[in-house]
Order: sequence, then structure tokens, then C-alpha cells
Amino acid sequence: MIVDIQKLSVDYSGIKALDDISFGIAEGDFLGIIGPNGAGKSTLFRCMLGLHTQYDGTIKFFDQDIRDSKKYLSQVGYVPQKPVVDRNFPATIREVLSMSQNSNDPKKVDEALQKVWMHELADRRIGDLSVGQQQRVFIAKALVNSPKILVLDEPVTGIDMYNQDLFFQILGELNTKEKISIIWASHDLDAVERVANKVACLNKTLFFHGVSKEFFSDDEMLKKYSETSMQMHMHHH
Amino acid sequence: MTFEAVAYESIPHALISGIAISLLCSAVGLFLVLRKFSLFGDALAHSAFGGVAFGLFIGIYPLWIACAVAILSALGLSKIRQKFDISGDAIVAILLSTGLGAGIILVGLVEDFEFHDIEEFLFGSAIVDTQNVVSILAMSVAILTILFFTYKKLLYSTFSEEQAKASGIPVDKMSYLLITIAGVTVIISMQLVGVLLISALFVLPNVSAMLYARSFKQTMILSMSFAVFATVFGIIISYQLDISQAGSIVVVAAAIFIGSLIVKSAGLVKTTGIMAKAR
Repeated sequence: MIVDIQKLSVDYSGIKALDDISFGIAEGDFLGIIGPNGAGKSTLFRCMLGLHTQYDGTIKFFDQDIRDSKKYLSQVGYVPQKPVVDRNFPATIREVLSMSQNSNDPKKVDEALQKVWMHELADRRIGDLSVGQQQRVFIAKALVNSPKILVLDEPVTGIDMYNQDLFFQILGELNTKEKISIIWASHDLDAVERVANKVACLNKTLFFHGVSKEFFSDDEMLKKYSETSMQMHMHHH
Repeated sequence: MTFEAVAYESIPHALISGIAISLLCSAVGLFLVLRKFSLFGDALAHSAFGGVAFGLFIGIYPLWIACAVAILSALGLSKIRQKFDISGDAIVAILLSTGLGAGIILVGLVEDFEFHDIEEFLFGSAIVDTQNVVSILAMSVAILTILFFTYKKLLYSTFSEEQAKASGIPVDKMSYLLITIAGVTVIISMQLVGVLLISALFVLPNVSAMLYARSFKQTMILSMSFAVFATVFGIIISYQLDISQAGSIVVVAAAIFIGSLIVKSAGLVKTTGIMAKAR
């Protein structure tokens, strides 16, 4: 098991953001975490990445509790929800990849860019790219240290259909050819059904975790998901 | 000693220390400008003024007291900012006004105080003795070496704090390092340009460079070049025209910035063009 999460609960000033979550991620998993806005997907990721440390329960990466060491982060690639790039930030794509690189090997940067088909734009300024292209750069950046697992937080929000398809194609190749496990948060059920082989359904509690086909062929489960999503939606408004 | 004699002896010292200071200010300033903390240098300098006044008040060499006061107050406020979620510009304003306010009170309490005692801290000094040149060079080399070995981590935390943290980079420690380096840089630079004009060397060369460069390395090299040019040219014309050295340096740096704006808006150079062609 690459990731093992047990009894994870997070509380923001008395309001439960995550309640007693337990699940694992095995090698080769392409896990889509689905849930409406406010379901706790980003909180879950923040805990997994060590950005939020006030939680109950345990999170283990590679059999080690992340509270004991941050070394696991060198084997985790993170792609944020929406790249917030200052248009005038003076850094080329190559420099953006190099700054997160553990080694100084320029070949690794070129290889990572080739995997996302961005190598020809390596010397362009990051702020000159479209949001879709920037998101591909962030995947390359996550790949530059040869990670064992990629964590993606709603990575295609605000990206056009062409770039979304390209994005999923790249993720699929990384999962099957490079054997990189992927955990990906989304509220787009169609996209998750199309590309993920496992699904975790989150709405503060985890009410499904298993094979993608099982979830999408279970009408009761889909009905339950849409009901809780609607409740969350009404709650937000 | 006549002005000519002082000028003749001082020019090499002023130039050597000026070049070291301009390299240092542009390098440290680039990180501050990219973090949208352009006035942080100014705030540090004003809190350092409080330290200078405190040093004069208790009769200890004011520069080192100023250094400690500037760094400790900046680190303290940085902690407060994190804990209470106060905005960066508010912290700069607090640091700046408190340092100045405390300084004015303390200066008023110094017995037999003469304005000349703080003049060189406020406006810089044209006269730099050999011992000062050596300490400026040593500190500059030390800080530039630290920056060389940590710039990747500093740049990553500047580019995206969240992603840097998720990569295991100690973002908070990097911020404290930058604040400390900026504090020491301010103290070193105060001798040349003074408290009131210090942020010009932090900001103007970097903003001018960002108009042309497309990569971080190009920005750093161009910014250092502009800063060195402004300092050398500023020192020379100040001696030629018998005008303020600090003021001349700042005016030349501002002229480079205005010239860059004109060149850019006239379409003579594209943002990514000038260096792209040179590659």
C-alpha cells in the first residue's frame, strides 16, 4: 500500500470537515475522489501533503506516518487546483521545473516536459502560457523528481475541452506506462468514470471506496451521491 | 581637509563599496519585489533608524544596534502576521512608522544631540573608510554566497508558497532567512544611500530589469547591471557636480527605469525579445 489513511477527522472551529475517513491507495491505482464543493476533498489533500497538521487519525505514506518525517514528499508530485501564476513572474518553464528539482540534472527537466508535450516551449515565460498549458507544466513539475504518486486537486477546472482531453490522456499514460499511482479530486463524474479505475466518494464521510465500474453501475449509489450533493448545494446557498 | 581632497581619496572607496552594495541590493530586492514586498526594505531601514537612535541614546555604536533592532522587529512582525493573518502591506506600514516614531523620541532624549549625528544614517555618506570598505565587501560576499546556495528554495517559496510547502521546502525558514538577509543588507547599504533612499536600490533596478527579461536569471543579471551602472554613474556625477551622492544614485536608477518605460512603450524592445535574440 502506498498510502494508508485511518480514522482521519478534521475539525475547523467545531465544524467537521472530515469525519472518520479510512482508505488506502495501492500501486497502480488511478483513484478519483468525487464529492461536491465543500465535501472535504481539498482538506484531505492538505492533510496528505502536510499543509494541514491539525487532524485526528493517521496518514501513512510508504508505511511511514507523515507526522514522523517529511521525506515522503520527495516521492509525491502535487498539482494544485488552479495554477496561480503572476503574469509578470520572470521565470521560464525550464526554471519553474528546475526550482522544484532535487537534483541538478537538466535531462530530467527535458524528460518531464516531453511527457506532457511541452518540451518545445521550455524557454517560454510561464506567465505567457494559457491556463491549460500551465497545468501541463505543473504536471511536468510534479514529475521532475520521478514520483511514485501524483496528487491532483481538481486540475481541469477552467480548462477548455481540448486541453482537458489532452490532460486525461497524459495522466492515463503516466498511470499505465510509468506505473505512477494517481489520486485525483473532481466533481466531474463523467470524467472520473472515463479515466479512473478506483473511486472514493466523499462528503465529509467516505461512503464509497472501490472499483470505479462498481460505483457507476450501482444506481442506488449514484442516487445517494446525487442526493448528498444536492444537500450540500442547498446548504451552501 | 578640502572637498577636492576628500573627493579624490574617497572615490575608489565609494565605488568599490557602492558596487558591492548595488549587487547585494538588487539580488535581495528581486525576491522582495517578486513577493510584492517592495517597501519592506524601506520598513527595515526605518526600524533600523529607531535602532540607530537607540544606539546613540545608550552610547553604543549605532549600526549594530540598528541591525539587531531591524531584524528582530521584522521577524517578530512576520510571526504576528502569520498568527493573526495581517496583510503584508499593513506589516510594512507598522514597521516603518513605529521605527521612525521610536527613533524620533529617542533622538530627542539624547543629550547634546546634533543633527549631524544622524545625517549620514538618513542620507548616506560620501566618505567610506578602508575598514568599512573591507567589512562591506566581506558581508556582501557572505550574503551573495548564501543566496547562491539557497536561491532555488527561495525562488520556489516566492513562486508558490503552497507548492513549495507540499514539496517539503521549509517555507517559513526561507522567509526568516530572507528577512535576516534583507536586514543586514539594509544596514550595510545605509552607509551609502541612507535610510530615506534605500528602497530605491532594492526596487528600481529590479522593476527596470523585469521590463526586458523573461527568465529569473536574465532578470537578476540585468538588475545587477542596472544597479551597478546607477551607483557608479551616480557617484561620479555627484563628485563632478558637487551634489548628494545618494540622491544622484537614486536619480540615475530612476532615469534607467523611465528610459526603459519609454523604450518599451515605443515598441523598440519586446518583453521577451531583447534577450531571446541574444541567446
